[in-house]
Amino acid sequence: MNWYDILFYAFALITVVSAAGVVLSRNIVYAAFSLLFTFFGVAALYVLLSADFLAITQILLYVGGVLVLIVFGVMLTNRANKVEVKHGGLTLAPAVLVAGVIAGTLIGVLTTTKWPAASFEPYEETARPLGALLMTQFVLPFELASVLLLVALVGAVIIARREKARRV
Amino acid sequence: MTVHVGLTQFLVVSAILFSLGIFGVMTRKNAIMVLMGIELILNAANINFVAFTRFGLMNLSGQVTAVFVIILAAAEAAVLLAIVLNMFQQINTVNVDEVDKLKN
Repeated sequence: MNWYDILFYAFALITVVSAAGVVLSRNIVYAAFSLLFTFFGVAALYVLLSADFLAITQILLYVGGVLVLIVFGVMLTNRANKVEVKHGGLTLAPAVLVAGVIAGTLIGVLTTTKWPAASFEPYEETARPLGALLMTQFVLPFELASVLLLVALVGAVIIARREKARRV
Repeated sequence: MTVHVGLTQFLVVSAILFSLGIFGVMTRKNAIMVLMGIELILNAANINFVAFTRFGLMNLSGQVTAVFVIILAAAEAAVLLAIVLNMFQQINTVNVDEVDKLKN
């Protein structure tokens, strides 16, 4: 066991345990905070996979953007004295069954598959080649993504407006 | 556990994350909690892309795809939260099973 393995198992443990906290916690605020640790754990896994640009993007966009949005949503849609989350009693057993079967099948397949011999290259920075790829081979999806973000922005503003304001 | 960490270990972590996300989406009633489950699923998919890129089964386009997945997740979260806010103002609930205005 070298340092890489120890770090991997530590971060994998953090990620999985906090993800379990997200889906099992009864309090929505605790779930949101667990999600924070999950995102950080995934960012650490990206670093271990030598994807430096993606790790930073993960922290900036997920922790700085999506999680703040989620916390705002929690804040705006919950009364202060009623934060516990309604659990579906009837759906619990099928959900455990389906998630368990999916997890078992995936892990079984993944551990028994003979993956081709990994070529584990030394670390090299990815920001420059990623930018080059975005501007050459992936320029159409890149532009579409910018249009999509604009549409999502305008759409979110219009949807979230109050109904009364629209009738003025 | 003396197995050297390779592609399989990363994929197993991603599979566990995916199953937890599925479980969350299926059991939660609160729309924001469902969104959290979806984010877990998208993160699991992203770990797969990056791991395949790192271990030489995909070239760098795997990481580009992961960037696009992150962009889509951000846009989706914004739109979903706008819908949830509107739902809360109109019918005063965020539980997805109580939104049955169109029934009957």
